[in-house]
Amino acid sequence: MQGQQEHIVKSFDDQLKNVAHQIARMGGMAESQFSSAVDALARRDSDLAGRVVNADTGLDGLEQQVEEETVRILALRQPVATDLREIIAAFKIASDTERIGDYAVNVAKRTLALNQLPPAQPASAVPRMAKLVQAIVKDTFDAYVERDAEKALDVWHRDAEVDEMYTSLFRELLTYMMEDPRAITPCTHLLFVAKNIERIGDHATNIAETIHYLVTGEYIEGGRPKGDTSSYAVVEHGQEGEAGDGSPPPNAGANAGSSASPDAGSGTGSDAGNGPKDV
Amino acid sequence: MTELQTPMAAEAAKNKKQPGKGETGAGPAAGTSKTPKMTSRDVNVHYGTAHALRGISLDVGVNEVTALIGPSGCGKSTYLRCLNRMNDVIEGCRIQGEVKLDDFDIYDPSLDVVQLRARVGMVFQKPNPFPKSIYDNVAYGPRIHGVANTKDELEEVVVNSLQRAGLWDEVKDRLSLPGTGLSGGQQQRLCIARAIAVSPEVILMDEPCSALDPIATAKIEELIDELRANYTIVIVTHNMQQAARVSQRTAFFHLGEMVEAGETEALFTNPKDQRTLGYITGRYG
Repeated sequence: MQGQQEHIVKSFDDQLKNVAHQIARMGGMAESQFSSAVDALARRDSDLAGRVVNADTGLDGLEQQVEEETVRILALRQPVATDLREIIAAFKIASDTERIGDYAVNVAKRTLALNQLPPAQPASAVPRMAKLVQAIVKDTFDAYVERDAEKALDVWHRDAEVDEMYTSLFRELLTYMMEDPRAITPCTHLLFVAKNIERIGDHATNIAETIHYLVTGEYIEGGRPKGDTSSYAVVEHGQEGEAGDGSPPPNAGANAGSSASPDAGSGTGSDAGNGPKDV
Repeated sequence: MTELQTPMAAEAAKNKKQPGKGETGAGPAAGTSKTPKMTSRDVNVHYGTAHALRGISLDVGVNEVTALIGPSGCGKSTYLRCLNRMNDVIEGCRIQGEVKLDDFDIYDPSLDVVQLRARVGMVFQKPNPFPKSIYDNVAYGPRIHGVANTKDELEEVVVNSLQRAGLWDEVKDRLSLPGTGLSGGQQQRLCIARAIAVSPEVILMDEPCSALDPIATAKIEELIDELRANYTIVIVTHNMQQAARVSQRTAFFHLGEMVEAGETEALFTNPKDQRTLGYITGRYG
């Protein structure tokens, strides 16, 4: 829409601008929800976490507005070319952004649970990963506002880094759990928090793909860069345990490794009352 | 982690760019078809001093619907009329360039224009049935072209054409009534039946639905889709949705030039030329 001439029918321009404006607002809200959730986690701030949980309805409402508006434009204007891409992109981005909001709420809910337990040491590694994802989310919405396909492509590549960080965090948390069974409860919560943050990165990547299509009319070619190998991860101690020395903590760790990792995303989805569409 | 990531990212970026380059190399005005029924190369048309068409090179694919779109006065109807030499009858009209039907130059002086127009039929904007019966409207072409030798053969051609035009069930009981008594949509389908009665290879349609209501339009569009199996169709339309619905390829004309041609879907989702984009999205251009 930017840098293009206006439509002969001016109200069409107004409608398109309105949709783009709503998406930008949703982006801002999702960013702020996510950053509040991460702050609440790092500072053990239950008040802030509670506010994040309550504020999610705003994002849901905006998503519904965008859906209604895009459906109306499709029905009444039959947009083509850049206009069509604008509408389709808005529809998809609204849905991804709403999911980002849901995952932020999940993080906040886990924070509420964690705050009832004594402070756990690896809680600092999770905010580090969150910082990276926050930067990605911010750049993604900047790319939308600026209609910058290059920036979107850059964001798209950065998701692999998040995945790798998640895999390493996953191993780290398993190790803590094996070392001390009392760490299993907080570490499991943190594992879900990390998975939620990783999923936020995935949705940002989806949005980046959509922005690239919106701007260029072409899909990003090639498979998505993947760095998340946690689905296949086992911790070496677990293998030793299986080999025969059979002490209880290693076994617990090996079980966590095989069962928690691939399903972590779908497990957390129920927290927000909304199952994620993909894992 | 970052170091591992970088070469991967660079390689992915490289992979991305390569196909992109190939596409831009083809250029926006790719008017060629792999299986052309008609080809035109560098066609220029002058009406007196006015230069109406400027160097048009466009193929019409066999058994395809090719849509010509563009603002009024852009030359799309002029181009359509070049394809069966309807411009010959306009005084002061000069045509340069080459138009071929199955590798045969249709502007060859030895060519019989009447025969050409039997092979390349035409349907006009306003339904224009002859002031004759429904039967005679369809039988007229086969009679003058000698398509049918006996009365039975002629009847078979008439019935067959009316059936193909989707009109048979509506008129079979009143074939002797005047064609002008039909509704607008029926008259247009009668004109299509009349055009296909002489077994043309190509059918040119100049805004065939602009005088019809949406239901009659939908019937014509359905008919166009069915006819495509046996005929090659070129349609001029102001209705871009119609072009998008019925055609496989679309060419956009502007100020006597062909700006862009390509697969309809690509042209309507990701046009290469800013002028095409401006026109199809309804922006000043």
